[in-house]
Amino acid sequence: MADNLGPDGETLLGIYRRAALLKANDERSRKVITTGRLMMPYYSYRGQEIIPSALCASLTDEDYLVTIYRGIHDMLAKGMPLNDLWAEIAGRTGGTCKGKGGPMHLTYPKKGIMVTTGIVGSSMPIANGLAWGAQLSGDGRVAVATFGDGASNIGAFHEALNLAAVWKLPVVFVCQNNLYGEHTTYEKATAAKRVADRAVSYDIPGVRVDGNDPVEMYRASREAVDRARAGEGPTLIEAMTFRFHGHVFGDADGYMDKAQKAAAVAADPVPRLRARLIAEGIADEARLTAIEAEIDAAIDAAVEHALASPLPGLAELTTDVYGEAA
Amino acid sequence: MSEAMMDTRPAAVKPKQATILEAINAALADAMADDDTVLVLGEDVADPEEGGVVGVTKGLSTRFGDKRVRSTPIAEQAIIGAAIGASLVGYKPVAEIMLMNFTTVAMDMIVNHAAKLRYMSGGQTHVPIVIRTMTGTGMSSGGQHSDYLEAWFAHTAGMKVVAPSNPADAYGLMRAAIDDPDPVLFIENLPNYWLKGDAAEAGHVVPLGKARIAQDGRDITIVSYSRTLTETLSALKAIEQAGISAEIIDLRTLSPWDEDTVLASVAKTGRLLVAHEAVEKHGLGAEIAAVASNRLFGKLKAPVARLGAPYTPVPFSKSLEDAYAPNAKRIAETVIAICKQQD
Ligand SMILES: Cc1ncc(C[n+]2csc(CCOP(=O)(O)OP(=O)(O)O)c2C)c(N)n1
Ligand SMILES: [Mg+2]
Repeated sequence: MADNLGPDGETLLGIYRRAALLKANDERSRKVITTGRLMMPYYSYRGQEIIPSALCASLTDEDYLVTIYRGIHDMLAKGMPLNDLWAEIAGRTGGTCKGKGGPMHLTYPKKGIMVTTGIVGSSMPIANGLAWGAQLSGDGRVAVATFGDGASNIGAFHEALNLAAVWKLPVVFVCQNNLYGEHTTYEKATAAKRVADRAVSYDIPGVRVDGNDPVEMYRASREAVDRARAGEGPTLIEAMTFRFHGHVFGDADGYMDKAQKAAAVAADPVPRLRARLIAEGIADEARLTAIEAEIDAAIDAAVEHALASPLPGLAELTTDVYGEAA
Repeated sequence: MSEAMMDTRPAAVKPKQATILEAINAALADAMADDDTVLVLGEDVADPEEGGVVGVTKGLSTRFGDKRVRSTPIAEQAIIGAAIGASLVGYKPVAEIMLMNFTTVAMDMIVNHAAKLRYMSGGQTHVPIVIRTMTGTGMSSGGQHSDYLEAWFAHTAGMKVVAPSNPADAYGLMRAAIDDPDPVLFIENLPNYWLKGDAAEAGHVVPLGKARIAQDGRDITIVSYSRTLTETLSALKAIEQAGISAEIIDLRTLSPWDEDTVLASVAKTGRLLVAHEAVEKHGLGAEIAAVASNRLFGKLKAPVARLGAPYTPVPFSKSLEDAYAPNAKRIAETVIAICKQQD
């Protein structure tokens, strides 16, 4: 690359490690549901793996993430351990939320995963507060909110971008534009040609990138994160992508354009990155196969660990509603 | 000198007087001075914007800086979201939602997030925020600026709800609310801001969940809070003139409410009236009445009664607004009617 923005080979390989983990984890999740071993509401992120994989290459464990129901890819990329994740989505005691959050509310502060919301648009106002905390503490942390294209039509998006701009908060808004909000196409629901254009109203940078391209996504994220860390305020990134499956597991996706979907699947970004690593000599087939085998084994172990873990005792029903007053 | 003599020292100087508004301002200032993590945010709260529309936060930004006391855009979801986020990482934000009716546009942040994050995270996170908000009839503000919506929040597991009726409690409850580990909705009555009473000493804390017996009595227990408690105290003379001895309980914390104090009192008096400014139907009174009836069935001398606003929006016209919230006269009439019922 002509400039020094990267990503270099090691970084690209790191992005692939995450993306391969996310892809394998999604495939396993759907399989575990299909085979009847686990019942849960599941929002597949298959096709969107590169976005958080590239984004998290620029984040530290101390940086904050607020994600959404379709966000297990974001969490895994940010470092949520597989065992904690699987036990939680299976509703077991060893889960990161003791089985009380489930797949839509996973939380793991040790890696900065502060909130997962099932409410469209609500990740952004809370990410602002985390960023405000970082700004007050001067600790250099950055908060990231991820959300979908549909969320850019809800009031919370606009309130949050405006506040982040006037308070110059160290926050990055990452819109994963998968062209659908539930069953409705982007065009039918969204007046703006591009979500990124909405940044103009708040006088902050707004960039649209190919979220399936690790280099574009990495560079946009890095620039936004650096800007936030330097105290220069928020950025809106619109990462273009595509959701390979229906909105929620079990949705037959009859409303999706067949040709559009076929083309997106044919351009699957994860094998594409894999091929690129080999073509550019960053890693060879054997190395990648070993990485993938390691991932599969870790997921196997996490699934078995989760399903063997006990369900919470009924005392859990009424704990964690309130804390103890000091 | 004997102890008895010590007790008869000259009538001590009357405690300093303060209004409820001054008490809340002092509680915020003292909390901010004692703890660097206490923050204040909301529309117009900083001094360049005059320290709030009625001046509750006056002086705070000048004293503690505009980083800790921030005026916000008119964006209630953004305000509560910012408070929640900062609270997750070690701060204790006090967010002002100017009027209680404006909480409606931040309900997602309050109900789905502030109240639930502790539970949904299995106790990994919690949301120690205070949401200050004012309300109340009597200002000719009509249907969207006067509602008491406390029952909505009390009905939400994870929220605490507080409504002081005098300056000392306002101070002490605010100090407790700020240090409480969970989200507290702090309801301030607009016409009562200028009500005077004994000022609290600095650092005075009124624990959440503890009611106060404002008046001892034998024949009937009246449970109330906020402005309606003031009206209840005003009704006392007429009640006594009717030969009735009323015990008046200021609930102070509406959720979790002090069942022990209320039930002990009703067990003693055998009669209960719950009075509040909120609409009577489906109101907080229904919960208290249900618990008292259930637990004290057989010991009651009269059916448990409620007194609240009619099932209508708050009207504008003075004649209608005056008839809306229970006042001293209606409280006295209701109490007398209950006590006249034969068992
Ligand atoms: C406030 C709110 N309204 C509606 C829903 C139901 N819902 C869940 S996901 C979704 C679509 C959101 O689309 P988008 O923001 O593009 O995100 P995506 O699911 O595509 O990742 C809807 C309508 C919700 N969860 N919250
Ligand atoms: Mg979408």
